[in-house]
Amino acid sequence: MRMDAHPNAHRIIEQTASEAYGRLLSYLAVHWRDLQAVEDALGDAFVAALETWPKVGIPDKPEAWLVTAARRRLIDRARRSRVSASALPTLLALSEEAQRLASAGADLPDERLRMMFLCTHPDIDPAMRTPLMLQTVLGVDAARIASAFIVKPATMGQRLTRAKAKIRAQRLTFEPTDAEEMPARLDAVLEAVYAAYGSGWDEAGPADSPGRSLTKEAIELGRLLVRFVPGEPEAHGLLALMLHCEARLPARHDDEGNYVPLSEQDGARWDAERMQEAERHLHAASQHGRLGRFQLMAAIQSVHAQRLRTGRTEWGAIAQLYEGLVQLQPTLGALVGRAAAVAEAYDAHRGLELLEAIPAAAVASYQPYWALAGHLYKRLHRDDEARTAYSRAIGLSTDMSVRRFLSRQAAML
Amino acid sequence: MSYTLMFYESQDDFAARTDPERQKEYLAGWTHYVHALREAGIVVFGSGLHAPDKAATMKRRGGELAVQDGPFAETKEQLGGIFVIDVPDLDTALEWAARGPVDTVEVRENLPALK
Repeated sequence: MRMDAHPNAHRIIEQTASEAYGRLLSYLAVHWRDLQAVEDALGDAFVAALETWPKVGIPDKPEAWLVTAARRRLIDRARRSRVSASALPTLLALSEEAQRLASAGADLPDERLRMMFLCTHPDIDPAMRTPLMLQTVLGVDAARIASAFIVKPATMGQRLTRAKAKIRAQRLTFEPTDAEEMPARLDAVLEAVYAAYGSGWDEAGPADSPGRSLTKEAIELGRLLVRFVPGEPEAHGLLALMLHCEARLPARHDDEGNYVPLSEQDGARWDAERMQEAERHLHAASQHGRLGRFQLMAAIQSVHAQRLRTGRTEWGAIAQLYEGLVQLQPTLGALVGRAAAVAEAYDAHRGLELLEAIPAAAVASYQPYWALAGHLYKRLHRDDEARTAYSRAIGLSTDMSVRRFLSRQAAML
Repeated sequence: MSYTLMFYESQDDFAARTDPERQKEYLAGWTHYVHALREAGIVVFGSGLHAPDKAATMKRRGGELAVQDGPFAETKEQLGGIFVIDVPDLDTALEWAARGPVDTVEVRENLPALK
C-alpha cells in the first residue's frame, strides 16, 4: 500500500475535476483552438495531479496549477509536431495570464458560454451539438452520451472527433461576430440544451424519451446559461421548463414502480423546491415582455403545477398555450400536446380531429401520438381502433413501466 | 441499409413462453413490438426461435465432426429470435432495438448478398 502524505489530495482532484473541468477546458480552448489537443493535455494534467499532489501537497491554486501543467503538455506537443512556431507565443501568454491571475488571487475567466456557442456553431451537425456540449462543458464521457442517445459508442466517439477536427480545420469561431447573428446562435444553444433534457416529457400523457438519463446535466447547462445571459427570457423559460418536469420525477412512479401519468400524479410528491425555482425563472422571463417557445412550454407545465393549489387542471389555459406554441413552431410534440389539451378542455372529438390531421408518415414511429390516439379512441368507445393504437404505442415504447401502463389501459377495453 | 437485430432472452424469458400464467403477457410484448415494426414498413424478415434446449450444434474438432445437444455456448442469455430490418442507419436500427421486449439486443449490419 502506498502511503500518501496528503490523503485529501485524491478527493480534491476529483472535486476539481467535476467542478472545474468544463471551465478549465473552455479557458484553454478559447486560447488554443485544437479541442482534441486541449482535452488530451488537460487529461494529462489531471493524471499528473494524481501523481504529484498526494506527495507534495495540494497547490494553493489547484486550477492554475492544472492550467500550467496542461499548457506545458500543449507546448511539448506543439514542439514535437512542429505545428507552427507562431503557436508558441499564444501558449506562453496563456500560461503567463494563468500565473498572473493566480498570484492576484483572481479566478480564471469563465469561458463556458463561448464554448457553448462553439459547440452549436451553424457548421456543426445539429445532431452533434448536444453531445459536444455535454462533453466539453460538463466533461460527460462519450460512452454515457452514447447510451443516452442510443448510439454505438464507437460511432459517437468518431463523430465527436470529427466535429472537433472540423472546429480546428475550419477555424470555427466561438461567439457570433455580429449582433444580427446573435438571436439565431443563442437559439441553437437553447435547442442543444433542451435536446440534452430529452423532449416529449409528459406533454401528451404516457410518453417516454430516451434522452432522460442526462436530465441533471441538462439542468446544469440550463443554470449556466441563465447565469451567462440573465437578460435572455428564453434561457429562463428553458430552465423553468426543465425544473418543472424534473420536479415531477418522484411522482412519475408509484411505490411499486408503476408509471403514473401526469394527470393522476400525487401533487404532494412533486418537488416543491424545484417548482418554486421554476416559477421564479418563469417570472424573470416574463419581465422582458418577449414570448418564446420555451416560455410557453414552461407556462404549460406551470399550469399543470397549479393543480397542487387549486385541485383542478385548467385545460382551457393549457390548450391556449399549446395553440400559441403551434403558431410559433409546429413540432410533433406541440401538435400532439395541443390535441391532448383540446380533448381534455373541450371534447375528445375535437382532440382526435386535431390528432388525425397530423400526417401519418410523420408519426410512424412517434410513440406519444399512438399513446394519445389509444386514449382518445377509448374515450370515444372506438375499441378496435383503441386496441390497435395502444399496441403501436406499446411497441414503440422503450420504457418498461410505460409499456406496462399502456398494456393495462388496453386491457381495460 | 439492412440490419439484423438479435434478441437475447434469459432462461426466465424462455420459461415464460410456456408458463400458462405468464405466457399471455410474454407473447403480448412481442405482438405489440412486431405490430409497430410492421406498421413502420421496415421488416425484411423476422422469426422467433425455439428454446436453446431444443438446439443441436454441429462442431468440427480437428476435422472430426461432432454433434451436441443444446446451443453452441452455454451462456445466461441465449438467442431467442431475430429481425432483419431495412433502415437508413445504425442509429435508427438501435432505436428499434431499444423498443424490443427483451433486455439484450445485438445489432449488426448485414453484408450484401453474394453474387
